[in-house]
Amino acid sequence: MLDAATESAPLVRIQGLSKHFPIHAGLIRRQVGVISAVDRLTFDIRRGETLGLVGESGCGKSTAGRTILRLYEATEGAIIFDGTDIAGLSGEQLRRMRPRMQMIFQDPQACLNPRMTVGQIIAEPLDEHGSLSRADKRARVEELLDAVGMNKGFANRYPHEFSGGQRQRIGIARALALDPDFIVCDEPIAALDVSIQAQVVNLLEDLQERLGLTYLFISHDLSMVRHIADRVAVMYLGKMAELASRDALYHEPLHPYTRALLSAVPVADPKIEATRKRVILQGDVPSPANPPKGCRFCTRCPIAVDKCQWEVPEWREARPGHFVACHLAE
Amino acid sequence: MLTFTIRRLLLAIPTLLAISFIIFAILDLSPGDPTSQIPLTVPPEVREHIRTSLGLDEPFIVRYLLWLKQFFINEPLNILEEWTGYTFGDGDRLRISSWATRSPVVDLIVERLPQTLWVVGMSYVVGALIAIPIGVISAYKQYSWFDQVGTFVSMIGFSVPTFFTGLLLIVIFAVNLQWLPSIYDTTLRVTDWSSFVAQIKQMIMPTMVLALYNASQISRFMRASMLDNLNQDYVRTARAKGMKEKTVVLVHVLRNSLIPVVTVIALGVPQVFGGAIITEQIFKVNGLGQLLIIGIQGADIPLVQTLTFIFAVLIVLFNLVADILYGVLDPRIRYD
Repeated sequence: MLDAATESAPLVRIQGLSKHFPIHAGLIRRQVGVISAVDRLTFDIRRGETLGLVGESGCGKSTAGRTILRLYEATEGAIIFDGTDIAGLSGEQLRRMRPRMQMIFQDPQACLNPRMTVGQIIAEPLDEHGSLSRADKRARVEELLDAVGMNKGFANRYPHEFSGGQRQRIGIARALALDPDFIVCDEPIAALDVSIQAQVVNLLEDLQERLGLTYLFISHDLSMVRHIADRVAVMYLGKMAELASRDALYHEPLHPYTRALLSAVPVADPKIEATRKRVILQGDVPSPANPPKGCRFCTRCPIAVDKCQWEVPEWREARPGHFVACHLAE
Repeated sequence: MLTFTIRRLLLAIPTLLAISFIIFAILDLSPGDPTSQIPLTVPPEVREHIRTSLGLDEPFIVRYLLWLKQFFINEPLNILEEWTGYTFGDGDRLRISSWATRSPVVDLIVERLPQTLWVVGMSYVVGALIAIPIGVISAYKQYSWFDQVGTFVSMIGFSVPTFFTGLLLIVIFAVNLQWLPSIYDTTLRVTDWSSFVAQIKQMIMPTMVLALYNASQISRFMRASMLDNLNQDYVRTARAKGMKEKTVVLVHVLRNSLIPVVTVIALGVPQVFGGAIITEQIFKVNGLGQLLIIGIQGADIPLVQTLTFIFAVLIVLFNLVADILYGVLDPRIRYD
């Protein structure tokens, strides 16, 4: 699948994408600074692939996902979705693009309107973007519920009547309603039980195969990303640290942050686990309101040199298909 | 829902009995005396005679039980007789009568209720109608100039007492501009267009004074509730679905935000019946609020007791209404 995907043009091209949130303070709420939640990301998402996006809490993964879908206004940069730059679109034009890109949220309870039945939630975008008859709509809702492994009779129930895993399936059915090409999965399994996580991930993989979907899979669960992703991107403090194919990233990480992250993943084999060397990072993540001047990781990097303090490392292709932002990566 | 309602109504009985006892005890222990208004030239024996005729020589508990009987048996039977035309028993029952006017308290209340409902009730409706759009826009455009002005005005409406805003309006619109009458004329009958206009004119000021107060309260609730919901994931979902912004705000956010606001509005309805004591005084509206204040001044215990107890009943009742509304509006809440 990866080979086929490499040849065709990427579905989504992110170029220098930034999202800054203004900080207001004081009596008249003057803007006193910005939180650069996402800072100049550049990467492609290939058609039909799953791109894993990992990083610790607060590193800007979710903001990146939401900005790519234009749920947030991008501060700068371009989001080229299938040839169209959607960063500059607004209003009606943007709304017309919405059916092609959807999102699955982390909290399956919060993302479903509590006062609408499951059927209404799934059918709402069909009303807005399609012109189906009542019977066709009903059939489509049932088909979608069926596709995510839910009973058709559930359409008349309210979201609170379901378990977390079922709600996430509803969320997925909702996202699929308009036949999207691209789905941002924002930690879709983080709020679920481990036993349910596998079910949902398998469902996502299954749907990808059947419908040819492209995923941006945001997660902090490195093992799960290893399982589902074709390529993996690592973010730290709003910036992209490394991006490579899954195997290259997990076997030969180039960025010291990636190495530290991977060393924290426990191994199921006790013999290997006993000899596993953890790279323990010192200190805390700096504030995104006042990030370090040079490399954003320099304050905690075990191998940082002087240059890292003042020069922002360039985002470069160190090996074919293996991008990294580190002065020291060979 | 029905069993819940019945259970709550049954539970309300001991609550209300306890409330009625507490009100009665407070009024009995308070220092006022119904004979204190009588001129000092009246000799003490006559004074004592008056007290006896009012039943004040009986022990506290006897008077309380007598009031209970009058309120819960005699008065309802009397109302039933008036409605149906039948006579139950000999039809000669002791009604709760005001010490000051000697007329039955229930008749006094029935006489005063329309004015209060018109003025105070209208102010509540107007207040809610103003407040909801203001709250919605304030939250949607948080920290915009509209929101800042709205916050400022509701702070004023909330903190400036009605006796001040009332007098201010009278000075401006009745004294200086002479557009509106400063006194509410209860005897006005709406028969034709000009009397209708006169009625509207005399209602504007008291209604607006109270509406400002109510609107500032409700708009704050509405704004807070909207802000709570605007950042929810389901709103993001609605946007991601490509719904129109109008649909997102008015269908998804507003409907969910109205749940707590509607219950707050329901909880405030007893205030309407309670009248607005101060505003009714300022504009000389002879409503329930004014009746209560006159009763308190004259130590007219049966009147005050009955009025206060009716307010208590309404508060208990509208608490139940608010709970039921919650259950109707929010599918997540089930009582059975």
